[in-house]
Amino acid sequence: MDHQWRSRIVARVSARAVMCVCVAALLAVNIAAQTPELRWGGDAEGGAPFVEADPSDPTRVVGFEVDIASMLAEGVNRRPRFIQTGFTTIDASVARGDFDIGLSGIEDSFARRTRLAVTVPYYRFREILTVRAADAARYRTLADLRGRRVATLAATLAFELLTAAEKEQGVVVVPYEDDVHPYTDLAVGRVDAVLLDEVLAERGVRRHPALVNQPTSVGVGYYVGILAPQNTGLRNQIDAILKQAMRDGRLEAIFRRWKMWNEDQRNLYARVTADESGPAPQTQSTAAQLSVWDATVRYLPSLLTATVITLVLSVLSMALAIVIGVLIASGRVYGPAPLRALLTGWVELIRGTPLLLQLFVIYYGLATVVQLPAFLAALIGLGLNYGAYESEIYRSALESVPPGQLDAARTLGFSDRQTLMLIRGPQALRLALAPMTNDFVALLKDSSLVSLITVVELTKQTTIFASNIGTWFVPGLLCAALYLVLSLPVSHLARRLERTWRRA
Amino acid sequence: MSVLAVRDLEVRRGARSVVRGVSLDVTRGEIIAVMGASGAGKTSVLRAVAGLDPIAAGSVAIDGLQLSAGPLPRGEALRELHRRVGMVFQFHHLFEHLTALHNVWLALVHVQRQPQREAERKARELLDHLGVGARADAVPRELSGGEAQRVAIARALAVGPPLLLMDEPTASLDPARRGELATTLRQLASEGRTLVIATHDEEFAGACAHRVLIMDEGRVAR
Repeated sequence: MDHQWRSRIVARVSARAVMCVCVAALLAVNIAAQTPELRWGGDAEGGAPFVEADPSDPTRVVGFEVDIASMLAEGVNRRPRFIQTGFTTIDASVARGDFDIGLSGIEDSFARRTRLAVTVPYYRFREILTVRAADAARYRTLADLRGRRVATLAATLAFELLTAAEKEQGVVVVPYEDDVHPYTDLAVGRVDAVLLDEVLAERGVRRHPALVNQPTSVGVGYYVGILAPQNTGLRNQIDAILKQAMRDGRLEAIFRRWKMWNEDQRNLYARVTADESGPAPQTQSTAAQLSVWDATVRYLPSLLTATVITLVLSVLSMALAIVIGVLIASGRVYGPAPLRALLTGWVELIRGTPLLLQLFVIYYGLATVVQLPAFLAALIGLGLNYGAYESEIYRSALESVPPGQLDAARTLGFSDRQTLMLIRGPQALRLALAPMTNDFVALLKDSSLVSLITVVELTKQTTIFASNIGTWFVPGLLCAALYLVLSLPVSHLARRLERTWRRA
Repeated sequence: MSVLAVRDLEVRRGARSVVRGVSLDVTRGEIIAVMGASGAGKTSVLRAVAGLDPIAAGSVAIDGLQLSAGPLPRGEALRELHRRVGMVFQFHHLFEHLTALHNVWLALVHVQRQPQREAERKARELLDHLGVGARADAVPRELSGGEAQRVAIARALAVGPPLLLMDEPTASLDPARRGELATTLRQLASEGRTLVIATHDEEFAGACAHRVLIMDEGRVAR
């Protein structure tokens, strides 16, 4: 009895404790909800020292941009919240309000100043040429690199400097989508130099001991934060916080912690805190100052060249895919059981994994064994991928030719090969034509993925165009029109062929 | 002299025997009707003789060429076989992407290596002879059942086999056409062809066959 009474009290007390915890938790959530957030966007793929997943807790991010974001959030009495976004789409994301401010090693440029609200610059960097140690004496400046392949990150100041050098000094620009592979490709000899900012160059040299940085800088740029154009109020607040942090040493402390501090910054901070407007961005490109019409006229030749690349790549890839598809389908229809199983496995492997991954494996994964040129790697990747899909079309087309016709062919004395070439093949081809046309149009568009292995095709050139003039509207429309110009005749031709064959 | 000599033929479909102990002799210029209910084994005998299904036991001799139990003939043996025997299928199985004329000359050019001009002339003659010369340029789906039947016969005859096998030739014909077909086949036989026809059309068999063989459950009943 006594025991029972006591346990009842224990139960009541513990129930009360649970309730208290719940209320406290609710209050905490409530308070947290009442503190507004400063949503800041960056690309954790950019890695250290900018933003990267914390190695000890991958759900958190670390980097100097994370520290700056925390400092800014504190300054405006908000809680910082990181929003992952692709590096090339940060401008568009901040403009449409996905987050309040973009901080991710973003370079100051005229294009950004005209389209967005840009903060004062908080870091000054030099553009540095990185080469293999063996070439250090040969390739000191861009002028030494005539006819050589120089890698960089697309849509950056370094890219613009290189594009100018392409005309003046005859270097070959190889744009990458990320800042890691330029250095790995330099190490294996696919390119002869990399031009990127010193932060990335330092990191590249640390990872690849066979690479060295040249001491002379090719250009100078600044990191800034970017906000939506109408968000000037918050931008002004943030500018004030940044200037204060320049004066009281908090920014210096952050950059010292990430081993990025140098005398260039002291000079920059002196100028920024003295001069309200800050230094003007150094940029070779005048695209942002041109009217959209003039910029379009200027970019049209390179868009047309990129269209030709897209077309040639797609046609060659499709030809390869057809050859591969016919071989696989023949093997699966006529081959012995082990070959059939092997080919089925291959088709499932290719169809079950992303094309992007396949392109990466062929271009980067195989680089230590065989260094395929980017265009060839793209051609092989697209050809292998679409070959698997083509083989399924041909297999089902071959199997839908009535078996009675094959018996009839046999009683007339045709060999298996003759039956395939004269009777089964031609009928299967007619059945396969419509799905093949669909695949070709799909391939035209999928070919845009090869920009990730440095082939500058139509979509890539459009991205470069758009980021240089700061808007997607005209480049996007032009790009869509060019894709349609490529795909509509194909569909039209296929319909005409089908009609002709139906009559025959 | 017998053009076709079948001895103790056995044909299996999986583990099941669908034809057992069938023996048969057909002489030159003769028309034999093989009759029986569906599933009696008529078509299986024809397919084994045509080299489409393997022989499980027994033997088949066609114009001196011996087929025995084992895998299907290939290569030169297959070509030898089909110089001697042609087949017309129940559903014709014309090559649907080619015109009637092209269906007939295709094997002349690609199997017998005749010049195309000559092959076309021969094909046109055959189609005329069978009364479908006017339909030479039509594709199979534009042909009526009777027309398709005649084109299929012309295609089988073109390569000149002494023995012609026909599976249910009246299946897609109306009664008037059946009479015409019987006349055509009689004429072919009188020209020296030998015909083995699987059918369950008694009237038709009566009209054209010199001899009738009845099959039941894979055996010759009488």
